Amino acid sequence: MSSLKALPTLLRIGFSEAIVYRAEMLIWVLATTMPLIMLALWTAVAEVAPVAGLAGRTWSSGSFVAYFLIVFIVRQLISSWAAWEINFEVRQGTLAMRLLRPIHPITSYMAGNLAYLPQRFLVTLPIVVVLVLSPGLEHLSKSPAVWAMWAFSLVGGWMITFFANIAIGALSLFIESSVKIMDVWLAAFFVFSGYLFPIDLFPAWLRSASDWLPFRYQIGVPVELVTGGLTVEQAWPLLLRQWGWALGLLMLALTLWQVGVRRFQAVGG
Amino acid sequence: MIRIRGLTKHYRVHKRPPGLGAAIRSVFHREYTLVKAVDGLDFDVARGERVGFLGPNGAGKTTTLKMLSGLLHPTSGELSVDGHLPQSRETAFLKKIMLVMGQKQQLLWDLPPAETFELNRAIYDVPKDEFRKRLDELISLLEIGDQIGKPTRQLSLGERMKCELAAALVHGPRVLFLDEPTIGLDVSMQVVMRDFIRRYTEQFGATLLLTSHYMDDVAALCPRVVVIDKGQLSFDGKLEALVQKVRPEKRLTLRFSAPVAKERVAELGTVVRHDAAESVIQIPHDSVNGAVGRALAELPVVDLNVENPPLEEVMSELFGRSRAARAEGESAS
Repeated sequence: MSSLKALPTLLRIGFSEAIVYRAEMLIWVLATTMPLIMLALWTAVAEVAPVAGLAGRTWSSGSFVAYFLIVFIVRQLISSWAAWEINFEVRQGTLAMRLLRPIHPITSYMAGNLAYLPQRFLVTLPIVVVLVLSPGLEHLSKSPAVWAMWAFSLVGGWMITFFANIAIGALSLFIESSVKIMDVWLAAFFVFSGYLFPIDLFPAWLRSASDWLPFRYQIGVPVELVTGGLTVEQAWPLLLRQWGWALGLLMLALTLWQVGVRRFQAVGG
Repeated sequence: MIRIRGLTKHYRVHKRPPGLGAAIRSVFHREYTLVKAVDGLDFDVARGERVGFLGPNGAGKTTTLKMLSGLLHPTSGELSVDGHLPQSRETAFLKKIMLVMGQKQQLLWDLPPAETFELNRAIYDVPKDEFRKRLDELISLLEIGDQIGKPTRQLSLGERMKCELAAALVHGPRVLFLDEPTIGLDVSMQVVMRDFIRRYTEQFGATLLLTSHYMDDVAALCPRVVVIDKGQLSFDGKLEALVQKVRPEKRLTLRFSAPVAKERVAELGTVVRHDAAESVIQIPHDSVNGAVGRALAELPVVDLNVENPPLEEVMSELFGRSRAARAEGESAS
């Protein structure tokens, strides 16, 4: 209960920190421009000849514009870096200061990550303007219901990202560092999430593999939902799976944290 | 308030010699050693008591404080702080205690300390009026009014430590675990911190367990000391009694109106320092009266002072003995 009461202050102070680190965040944004590079690549391909997707969908340059600009926006809004924070704090022993406070550390990581959202919204605004003025606009859904589902899917996508970060970060309490595990996770994320290539362009076996992994539910499903890749009827079962992953990772993160924190050695000092 | 029985904390530590070969071997085969950081510790601390927790480096002091504050899970033994099991880290427990580590900080590095105070107010759920009143007191006692609005990274070490202490006390903890709170501070700042800690514990009836390598901290704050070595209790009692135990002598300082030969002074006790005008001698505790009488009768004494040996010296001797015993033990094994 006191965690909930403290949440507005945690968010406000996290936002103040985000403003201090604004230059760092801009550099991070530059590091996430891969969808824009893929956009240039795929639109060039589509201009030569339309690209046929597995599900019979034809990808024009306009549909690639819509897809990759939404990918960029979704990536900004579902990001988390808790795994690196936890690794750093476990190695330095500074996790001790977090553990001394009467608030669950996962809540404080969550507030710290969410506090960056206003800045990320600002970063996405120019992309939204470009999207509205581009041929990509006609490939976006006009249905408010679909956009409401999109917002819902963003929450699920963020939860998958955040709790996967917490679970992998908590592994650093068992092994000396879990940063490399995060690197492996990210490599799989880039391939299977739809971040670099739409899932629709995957070979059939890779596409069915992506259905069973969490990554598509972080980026692919929210993006496909508003860019015509999924109908509402197709989207509901996927959203159900997305929330299944989110809750499963939440349970995994809590369990790993609970067990791992018993092994914390609070080194230094 | 604090009860410790048979407390142990053992670590498995990966050990390898330096060099590339050893690094490669350690990929396939790791050697571990068992470190007994705390090894069967027993002691109690009453409510409102101020206790100095002393020991040489690596004795297990910080490990014990970390177990008492719930950061570490003991390997075995019983531990209770105001009826709470620390490692359960219940909210009620965390609201009662605070661990301040001189080498770790809770202040937000890039924001002014005022933001950390506000964050702690929210996290510890301190009512706003109470928070304002307590913060004003802390600001006035620690004289940090000019600092709390500057980013933490721009504060000096002393200013930061004072703000760190204010952040730690803003929720009014009743049990303080202070681990080297004055480390790196200059002498005047150490005095300010000591005075403040004493006043806080008296005002709130707070219990204090303090580790410090500055013996002035211990002498000024702690009537009782607990000394541990190799994770085991080696002394528990009054500071005065510890001094008696380690150095059962007193220091007699004599100032002369005329030069006195060292040999004459040596008849009274062991000469620690001597020059023509002043001499410092060490004498057994029960011979003080006789030595003072003889000095006044036989020497041209104009001033005389009897005191315990400096605490730093006592501790240095105590810890030196412990190091020697440890080295002996290691060479025997």
